[in-house]
Amino acid sequence: MPPVSLTVVDAPPSRSPLATAARRFVRNRAAFVALLLLVVIMLACFVGPLLSSNNAIDSDWSAISLAPTFDNMHWFGTDELGRDLLVRTLVGGRVSLEVGLLGTLVSGLIGVAWGATAGYLGGRVDAVMMRIVDMMYAIPYMLIAILMMTLFGRAFYLVVLTISAFSWLDMARVVRGQTLSLRSREFIDAAKAIGVDSRSIITRHIVPNLIGVVVVYATVTVPGIVLTESVLSFLGLGVQEPMTSWGVLIQDGAQKLESTPWLLLCPALMLCATLYAVSFVGDGLRDALDPKDR
Amino acid sequence: MAQNKALLEVKDLSVRFARRDGAPVDAVQRVSFSLDKGKTLGIVGESGSGKSQTVMALLGLLAKNGKVSGEALYNDTNLLTMNDAALNRIRGDRIGMIFQDPMTSLNPFLTIERQMTETLQLHRKLSRREAKQRAIETLERVRIPDAARRIGMYPHEFSGGMRQRVMIAMALLSEPEILIADEPTTALDVTVQAQIIELLRELNRERGTAIILITHDMGVVAGLCDDVMVMYAGQTVEQAPAQQLFAAPTHPYTIGLLNALPRLTDDDDQPLQTIPGNPPLPGMATQGCAFAPRCTYAEERCRTTRPALEPTEGEAHALRACHRPVQAIAEVL
Amino acid sequence: MLAYTLRRTLWAIPTILAVITACYLLLHLTPGGPFDTEKHLSDATLANLNARYHLDEPLWKQYLHYLWALLHGDLGLSFRYTDWSVTDLVLKALPVSLGVGGVSVPIAVVIGVTLGTIAAVRRDSVIDHAVMVLGNIGNVVPPFVLGPLLVWVFAILLKTADGHGWLPAGGWGEGEWRYRVLPIALLTIINVALIARVMRGSMIEVLSGNFIRTARAKGLPARTIVLRHAMKPALMPVVSLLGSVCISSITAAVVTESVFALPGIGQLVVNGAINRDYTLVLGLVVLTTAVAVLFNLLVDLAYAWLDPRIRY
Repeated sequence: MPPVSLTVVDAPPSRSPLATAARRFVRNRAAFVALLLLVVIMLACFVGPLLSSNNAIDSDWSAISLAPTFDNMHWFGTDELGRDLLVRTLVGGRVSLEVGLLGTLVSGLIGVAWGATAGYLGGRVDAVMMRIVDMMYAIPYMLIAILMMTLFGRAFYLVVLTISAFSWLDMARVVRGQTLSLRSREFIDAAKAIGVDSRSIITRHIVPNLIGVVVVYATVTVPGIVLTESVLSFLGLGVQEPMTSWGVLIQDGAQKLESTPWLLLCPALMLCATLYAVSFVGDGLRDALDPKDR
Repeated sequence: MAQNKALLEVKDLSVRFARRDGAPVDAVQRVSFSLDKGKTLGIVGESGSGKSQTVMALLGLLAKNGKVSGEALYNDTNLLTMNDAALNRIRGDRIGMIFQDPMTSLNPFLTIERQMTETLQLHRKLSRREAKQRAIETLERVRIPDAARRIGMYPHEFSGGMRQRVMIAMALLSEPEILIADEPTTALDVTVQAQIIELLRELNRERGTAIILITHDMGVVAGLCDDVMVMYAGQTVEQAPAQQLFAAPTHPYTIGLLNALPRLTDDDDQPLQTIPGNPPLPGMATQGCAFAPRCTYAEERCRTTRPALEPTEGEAHALRACHRPVQAIAEVL
Repeated sequence: MLAYTLRRTLWAIPTILAVITACYLLLHLTPGGPFDTEKHLSDATLANLNARYHLDEPLWKQYLHYLWALLHGDLGLSFRYTDWSVTDLVLKALPVSLGVGGVSVPIAVVIGVTLGTIAAVRRDSVIDHAVMVLGNIGNVVPPFVLGPLLVWVFAILLKTADGHGWLPAGGWGEGEWRYRVLPIALLTIINVALIARVMRGSMIEVLSGNFIRTARAKGLPARTIVLRHAMKPALMPVVSLLGSVCISSITAAVVTESVFALPGIGQLVVNGAINRDYTLVLGLVVLTTAVAVLFNLLVDLAYAWLDPRIRY
């Protein structure tokens, strides 16, 4: 008789990976706070201006170059034309965030399509597609972006397109890598072996595994796009008057530091807070979807 | 009992790892053993038994969140309370260590020559040239062909078996009194395994180097060790001279391990014997004997009180930690 | 490895060619040439200009003229500053950009690698936290914000006895040091934040590796372990980072020179684009793409040199 016996231990209750990820995210305090901050900023930018008695365009000649104060809701002060900085900043935020989100969407779509195709088809097609990506990496995109803004004009949609044209490269690379590794993983073989068809394989096995990577990279892309738009605006090559964005406001403020420093500081603060929030949310998402011990 | 003082005397060595979220893990619990000059000790156990952490603790190689207590006397000093500077004089010089995976244990960015000569330059104050000469000789001793040319190569240019020999050579450069080998053959092919074990046996016989061999493979222990210590869940469950242990194991776990070794004399259709269940994860505190859930001989007492490690009845130099008396454990070999 | 390098270099040529062609077409096919809006020129002058710049010939001929001249190292004459060749303009602006960017990168590497190493070796110390904080700041405060902030503090808030800013708010003068301090400081801070963070992460990972455990088991002192065993493998990610730092220094130059009003390559780019100075812009695109490709190559070579596993 063998000298050992078996005792059964209870298995832990199972949860779907999405629920586990959401739970992990919420538990990550820094990321959760950052998410709240982001939501507050977005609400402020899109809804805030409606709640203020001031607007972004009208000059109030009785309130020129006011430092931040509580009167009249001029919490960020006013500029030399008497325009309320708070509302201008929030309105500018709308533009910056819209460019960021739309740009991420467009470049994300291009990147996912490109990368998934290259990864799934493999072979020669993959080599050529990734070679193109490599070549594009070497191009000084800021130069080209500047060039395109001066040539084609600065309409909003053109800004988004120009920036997206160069922001899809990382996403494409990552999606391709993930698709390649998924394609050859055992569970795909296992699914095929029990007779699951191609389409189901793609929708039920490949796509859910791509989502994680795509979401994480999207959060990394957003700040990059917001920054590129801000740099272009800072150089005077971004969105046109009467639209304003954080880059424009910061450039304006940078000229007037001697007399009215808040014109720089307040929009700069908003921009930095947003970038901070997005990057921590991104970190949190990355940890939640793919935890590693740090 | 040995009249001469033991080379290394370990008493109640315990290792505890702090965890960021959760209770601390007791990876090693009050392990004691002694190693005499020129002898070989085998420490056997499954993954998570704490056997590696025990020897890591001896040489101060634990992770930062690990805390060690107890005593490890070498030359009348306690290794466990030494600071880094003092330990550095002993590590690599008086006590050498080789690790499981020779590919990742050697620095891929440095030549073998650099990795060997630095030990001699440090511990023996040799010049680079003298050190290189000595290193070549040592490589030849472990039968690396064409050593003088090979020494200028990088680790990735060697095969797995040769890399392990290089590691052994590196550990032997200063002629240490003790060599600790942490699963030296696990990552190697079976034929290469045999060569490495043979090499270690030669070293022990010819140079009198004491060896502590960590492994999960009973077959390897049989080929090399004078004494054996069996560990389970961080604790010692049986300790005896090798021949005795193999001839007459007295702990259910040891018996299970030996039974699990397939034998040439078994019938073809006889199922492989395994120990059902899994060892507890490190840190899962158990009440009673840690092996009780998997033990056929377990009684009520086994589940509530931990058995102490006591001298085996009727045997000299042997210890076991079991509530059931030896006669009650059927000999099933 | 030689073959590998050559192959990579060869791929550079079609890249540069593709970029040049695309830009050439962009510039020439969109309405609004350099001579359209600004001045009203007499017919004779126009004829002269056309002849000089081959503007009356079909586009593809102009393109070929351009490529031919390029192969001879001739980047053409500036459309805007008609007395100057593109090469002249670039050579005038280059020392400014190099004197700022070229100086800040080596400084940033030295400081960044040192800080990152110390942070990794002494976890949870002041330096470790400082590196993490600095890294976060670098992520969150872009150069076009940090630059004006530096100006605000050092040129406006801090004043010398006679009321001038302690450091000038911008401009280049004759290239004296006080004009260079703030721009160099800006670039150095941004780069140190990045390099230190990457170095720290890389060093932490290397130090937890098996061969470091072996080195400790050999009794090697901590300093030897870090400098001889850990440094090379830990530097690998930093090397590849440097490649992208050098390439993004073009953007950095554009922003820095805008903030501090420096007459460098960045300003040349912006002005050239605004003025539709075809040849200038094309010349700059060619140059920067060539430089980018060169840096990628250097990074690959450095990798191969550092890591003995990537060899012949």
